[in-house]
Amino acid sequence: MTASTRGRPANPLRQGWSRISELAAAHHSVAIIVGMAIVGALLPVLARVPPFNQFQPFNAWLDGYSNAGTFVLLAVGLNIVVGLAGLLDLGYAAFFAFGAYAYAYGASPFSGNDFPFLPMLIVGAVVAATFGVLLGAPTLRLRGDYLAIVTLGFGEIVPIVFLNAEPYTNGTNGIGGVYKPALPWSPPFDIVQFTLLNPWPFYVLVLLIVTFTLIFTYRLQDSRLGRAWMAIREDELAAAANGINTVTTKLLAFALGASTAGLAGVFNASKLTVVSPDQFYFQVSFTVLTMIVLGGQGNIWGVALGAFIISILQQTFLKQLNQFFQAINFPAINLGPVTIDLQHVNFTEYQFLLFGLALVLMMLLRPEGLFPSGRRRRELHTAEEGPEASPTGLDASGELV
Amino acid sequence: MPVSDSRLILDARGVTKRFGGLVAVRDVTFQIREGAIVSLIGPNGAGKTTFFNVIAGLMDPSAGYVEFRGHRMIARPIRAFLEPMIWFAPSTVVLVLGIIAFSATRSQSVLALDLLVALALLAGMFLAAIIRPAWYNRLLIRLGIFRSARPNDMVVAGLGRTFQNIRLFPNMTAMENVLVGMHTKLQASPVDAFFSSRRQRREEVDARVRVRELLDLVGLRGRDDILAKNLPYGDQRRLELARALGSNPVLLLLDEPTAGMNPRETADMTKLISRLRSELGLSVLLIEHDMRVVMGISDRITVLDHGERIAEGTPEIVRSDPKVIEAYLGTPAA
Repeated sequence: MTASTRGRPANPLRQGWSRISELAAAHHSVAIIVGMAIVGALLPVLARVPPFNQFQPFNAWLDGYSNAGTFVLLAVGLNIVVGLAGLLDLGYAAFFAFGAYAYAYGASPFSGNDFPFLPMLIVGAVVAATFGVLLGAPTLRLRGDYLAIVTLGFGEIVPIVFLNAEPYTNGTNGIGGVYKPALPWSPPFDIVQFTLLNPWPFYVLVLLIVTFTLIFTYRLQDSRLGRAWMAIREDELAAAANGINTVTTKLLAFALGASTAGLAGVFNASKLTVVSPDQFYFQVSFTVLTMIVLGGQGNIWGVALGAFIISILQQTFLKQLNQFFQAINFPAINLGPVTIDLQHVNFTEYQFLLFGLALVLMMLLRPEGLFPSGRRRRELHTAEEGPEASPTGLDASGELV
Repeated sequence: MPVSDSRLILDARGVTKRFGGLVAVRDVTFQIREGAIVSLIGPNGAGKTTFFNVIAGLMDPSAGYVEFRGHRMIARPIRAFLEPMIWFAPSTVVLVLGIIAFSATRSQSVLALDLLVALALLAGMFLAAIIRPAWYNRLLIRLGIFRSARPNDMVVAGLGRTFQNIRLFPNMTAMENVLVGMHTKLQASPVDAFFSSRRQRREEVDARVRVRELLDLVGLRGRDDILAKNLPYGDQRRLELARALGSNPVLLLLDEPTAGMNPRETADMTKLISRLRSELGLSVLLIEHDMRVVMGISDRITVLDHGERIAEGTPEIVRSDPKVIEAYLGTPAA
């Protein structure tokens, strides 16, 4: 790096950038708060500028951002389990469900309770974490495919239990009329009030929860526990031989990953005001997994950004894509028996086809994800370069890499 | 050398390990005194690594026991069938009490509450059995149940080990590898990490200083940011040693530390092992095939063949033992 900068005159922009990234590395929490504040301020502006404001009304954009925030939370939580600890969890939506139902029991006419939102946020996280431990305990000896199958089963069981436990969960209809968060004082302006037509408070709320979660996960990742997770991902036996209690470490990964899903569940329940089993089927787990694979497993901000981009694409762009083709009057393509008329295709119906395609392309072209951590990029690329490097006389272990 | 006077650090008696019909280790008795370098040699398949794995807590022996620093750590489980009773006892008691209370009050809610409590207790006991917290272990001891220490318990007790085929964390840096090795010496809890408490920050800084010391000691100065898998082979062996030293062990188990090394690297490694004893006061148990290493630094040598101990003693004794020569070279033609 010094060699490349020495050759040409110092570029102030580049220097400034490297200074900023140095500072950000030294003060993660401050960097996250500043970064999220900037993002939080820019996103509403973005929804007002020309190409984007054509898509949908401003309030729909803000609403979409809040929904994307839910998925960011889910992805950051799943990243702890899959990206850091290397435990492939295909039933992650179950914890999302536990958080949501915990809030629905805590604050809805169905149960008759009306607990305030913030304590319920913590309760939701704790409930989800408890179930995370309960799922984690029987799967501790499993790895890879076997773990994936068990978690997949768990993820399928949970919504079905909620569906069939009719007297307690109201079955298919779900629990409706879940209370929105209420401010403890009566606000002077309507704009800070949580109502159906006002997306601002939810937008700010999810920004706060995401900021908090990001700080928390970054701190965990850089701690003793984070290193223990990575060690288990790399080599479980060696980790145990170095004094890591693999049992508690894995359980903590499940619990902390699930607790984030619990937060997302509580937020989502309070925002949608309805909790029903069909919100928590496999497609949610799968979508979140896609997000972290596309975003770059193991890299927290990459995963968050990946989740945000995908959920915005899914909610906004796919819905509007056929209108785009109508606007430019895209001609229907006649292929004999089939006619492809992009103007009248409902692209949201094809989202999983598109996800699948995106995953396949990603695995072929950029297996480390869009925004990989440095570690993962090196991992995948030295493996590729290894056999090529040896004919040139280098050590096979890649000493000079 | 006052080795023979110092106290026993590891005392394995009658250790036997069967895999189905195969007896991998048969009735091996083996001792290590404080500050000694002891070698375990034998032809391939003699059961050296199996014996090693038993000592390290990776597998329970079929018979015999291992005492480490005066505590019995590893043996065949005793009265293990009693353990499930502990799991079910609390919830059974609660259930019985609940049924009595129900028959007295005839209140449905009492029964429901009772069922919930019983379920929670059952789940809690299962979790305790998996996590094995200190109180659970004390309970086991009180009931006369014995369960072997797990590998991580052995590390806490003061045992460090390396592997025959290097098992580093390939995608972590040298620094991170040794930090993982220091895991048991660090105290910070997830809550400390969450609040980034002063204790956590100071501990992390101190740990990095210690890691640099250890990397210096094994000769990896300035290599802390290199991914473990990108280190040359000899350095990977050294890094694994540094990682094992991270937990400040009193006994180091080295499984073929010079395998695959060239003569110069082997000589360096031998010197390093002697230094560990003289500077850190460690005891070392070596498995090794290179006789120059073994004869050069061992205080005592134990020879295994077909799972049985065929010789034990100082290098001079072992070298001239006819059984050892037979095991390595075969019987002379009659």
